[in-house]
Amino acid sequence: MNVFNLLGLAWKALTRNKMRSALTMLGIIIGVGAVITMVSIGEGSKQSIRSQLSSMGSNMITIRPFSNSTAGGGARVGAGGLQTLKVKDASSILNEVSFVTDVSPAVSTNGQAINASLNWPTSLQGVSPDYLTIRDWKLVSGTAFTDDDVATAGKVCLLGQTVVDNIFNGVESPVGKVIRFNKIPLKVMGVLEKKGENTFGQDQDDIILAPYTTVQKRIMAITHIQTIYAAAVDEKSSDTATKEIGVVLRANHKLHFGEEDDFRVRTQAELISTMSSTSQLLTVLLTAIAAISLLVGGIGIMNIMYVSVTERTKEIGLRMAIGARGIDILLQFLTEAILISITGGIIGVILGISSAKLVTVFLAWPTLISQSSVVLSFVVCAVTGVFFGYYPALKASRLDPIEALRYE
Amino acid sequence: MPNKILDINDLKREFIMGVETIKALKGITFSVDAGEFVTIMGSSGSGKTTLLNILGCLDIPTEGTYLLDGVNIKTLSRNELAKLRNHKIGFVFQSYNLLARTSAIENVELPLFYNADIPTKQRREKAMNALEAVGLKDRMDHMPNQLSGGQQQRVAIARALVNEPVMILADEATGNLDTKTSYEIMMLFQELNSKQGKTIVFVTHEPDIAVFSSRTVTLKDGRVIKDLKNENVHSAKDALASLPVEKETEEIKQAT
Ligand SMILES: Nc1ncnc2c1ncn2[C@@H]1O[C@H](COP(=O)(O)OP(=O)(O)O)[C@@H](O)[C@H]1O
Ligand SMILES: [Mg+2]
Repeated sequence: MNVFNLLGLAWKALTRNKMRSALTMLGIIIGVGAVITMVSIGEGSKQSIRSQLSSMGSNMITIRPFSNSTAGGGARVGAGGLQTLKVKDASSILNEVSFVTDVSPAVSTNGQAINASLNWPTSLQGVSPDYLTIRDWKLVSGTAFTDDDVATAGKVCLLGQTVVDNIFNGVESPVGKVIRFNKIPLKVMGVLEKKGENTFGQDQDDIILAPYTTVQKRIMAITHIQTIYAAAVDEKSSDTATKEIGVVLRANHKLHFGEEDDFRVRTQAELISTMSSTSQLLTVLLTAIAAISLLVGGIGIMNIMYVSVTERTKEIGLRMAIGARGIDILLQFLTEAILISITGGIIGVILGISSAKLVTVFLAWPTLISQSSVVLSFVVCAVTGVFFGYYPALKASRLDPIEALRYE
Repeated sequence: MPNKILDINDLKREFIMGVETIKALKGITFSVDAGEFVTIMGSSGSGKTTLLNILGCLDIPTEGTYLLDGVNIKTLSRNELAKLRNHKIGFVFQSYNLLARTSAIENVELPLFYNADIPTKQRREKAMNALEAVGLKDRMDHMPNQLSGGQQQRVAIARALVNEPVMILADEATGNLDTKTSYEIMMLFQELNSKQGKTIVFVTHEPDIAVFSSRTVTLKDGRVIKDLKNENVHSAKDALASLPVEKETEEIKQAT
C-alpha cells in the first residue's frame, strides 16, 4: 500500500460516515481555531503595547524624585511634592554621563487653555527643546522653541492636536496666535504631530509644551523640577546610562554611603519588558485554554477511532485473511485519524484566521496572526492525529483474524 | 510424482478455555495434489473450520507440520504468513464477507492492494477479468446490497481469484444459498478446477454438495475417519439442468 492508496482508503472510509467524520473534526476545528485566534489576540496586544511604548522613544530614561526616608519621622511625601531634582541635575547628566545624548528637565501643571471664546482644560508641560528629540516627536506646522526661549523664559508654546481641536475653530491656523494658559499669554510657535493614546489610554495629544523655565517661573512659581527625561544612544546602553545617572545624582544630592536614593531612574526598555511579560502571560493563558480544547478534540478522535475499529472488526478480519499485514491495518486506521485531524486543522486554521480578523473588525482589538502559531497548531494537529489515532490503530492491527472474522 | 500443494502431518490444534483444553484437531494427516478438488465433510463441531483456518495460514497448529507449496509455515513470521495468504490462497466464506457500501469491483480489487507485485494501473483490469470469470462483469458498480446472495458469493469468489492463488479455500460457501444457487456456485468451482486447474479445498456438511468434488475427506471429532476418491463425480451443470424438472415432478406428485 502506498501513500495514495492509504489516503484514498481513508477518504472513502470518512465519506462513508460523513456526519460522524464532521462531528469528530469539529473538535479539532474548534481547537485549532481557538489556538490561532487566542494567540493572535495575545500577540496582537503584545505587538501594540510594544509599538506604543517604543513610539514614546524606546531609549528614553525617566528620572523622578523618590521619597527615600521618612525624615523627621513624618509621613512620606508623594513624588509630586518632592523638590529634590534641580535643573543642575539635568545638566550634570548631560555633561557627565556617557551614552546620554539628550536631556530635558520637565515640570507639569494643569490648567485652562483659552483662545478667544473657546477654552479647554489641559496640562502644560515645561520642557527643553531636547524633549522633542527624546520623545521622537515632530511638528506638523510651525517651529519648535529654542534654548534661547528657555534662557529667557519666553512666553511661547507648542500645542498638541487635541488642544488645537478644542480651542481653535479649525479654520484659522494656530501658529502665530496667542493663547492664554491660566491667564498667562503664550504665543503658539508650532503644532505637534498626533501621537494618539498611550498604553494606559491617556490622550498624549492633550498637552501644551512650553520652555520649562517659563512654566517654572511664570506659572508654577517653583525652582525645582519634577522629572528629568534623557535619551540613551540606543536601547542597549540604557542600562549603563542608568547606573551612571545614579552615581551622578547621588553625588549631586550629597547622599552618603548607605543612604537610599532620593530619585528613581526608569528606562523605557524596562517598561516594555514588564508590559510585554504581562501580555506574554495573557498569551500563555489563552493558549493553554485553546490547547485544552485541542486536547479534547484529540480525545474525540480517539473515541471515534475506537468505535470505528470495533464496528469494522469484521472488515479488519477479512483484510487480514486476504493478505493485509498488521502494519497495513495500523497505517489504514492511522491515516484515517490523521486525515480527520489534518482536514480539521486546515478548516480550523481558516476559521482561526477569519475569526481573528473579525475580532479586529468588530471589537477593534489588535490581532497579529503569527506564521509560527499557524504552523505550530497545524503540526500539533497532525501530531494529535498520530497520537490519538495510534492506540486504536494498534488495537486493530493486533486483532486475531479468525476472531475478527467471526465478530458480529 | 504429482506436485503436492499442501501436505499435513499429524496436525493437532488445542484451545485452552480457562482450565479446560478443547482438542479440536487430534492428529490429522493427508495431502492435496495440485489440481485436486477436495471436499472436507463432517458434522458441526467436527473441526472443519479449525482445519481450514490452519490450511489458510490464519491459524497455527499446536502440533504437527504443515507444508504449503513446499514451505513449512511454522518457520514463517506473521508478515510472511500474510504475504502467503495474499499470494497463494483465496478465501471464500459462508457469509461472503464483502465490504458494505463498497462496489463489486472495489471488493474484488481489495487483495491487490496488499500485493506489492501488482502495479496500481493493473488493478482495475485484473479485477475486471476476475469479475468476468464469475460472470458478473455487468455488475461491477453494484453495491453488495444490490446483489443477490449468489451474486455476492460470486463477487467473493472473484476476490479469491484475483491474485491468481494456487489454492482456493471455501468454508461452507453454499451454506447460505438455496439449492439452485448452490449448484450454480458449485458449477463455477468445477469450472475453475477443470478449466483453470485451481486446487480447491471445500468445506461442507452437506453430502449432496460433496458429490461435485473429486475426493472427500470426512472428519469426526477432530480425526479423519474417511478419505475417499470420488469415482463418480457429478456435474453441477447437469444437476442444474435437471433441477426444474425435479421441482415439477414434485409438484405433480403433490397434486396427484
Ligand atoms: N477459538 C476457539 N476457542 C475454543 N474452542 C474452539 C474455537 N474454535 C473452535 N473451537 C472448538 O473446536 C471444535 C471444532 O470447531 P469447528 O472447527 O468450528 O467445527 P466445524 O467447523 O466443523 O463446525 C468445536 O468443539 C469448537 O467448539
Ligand atoms: Mg465450521
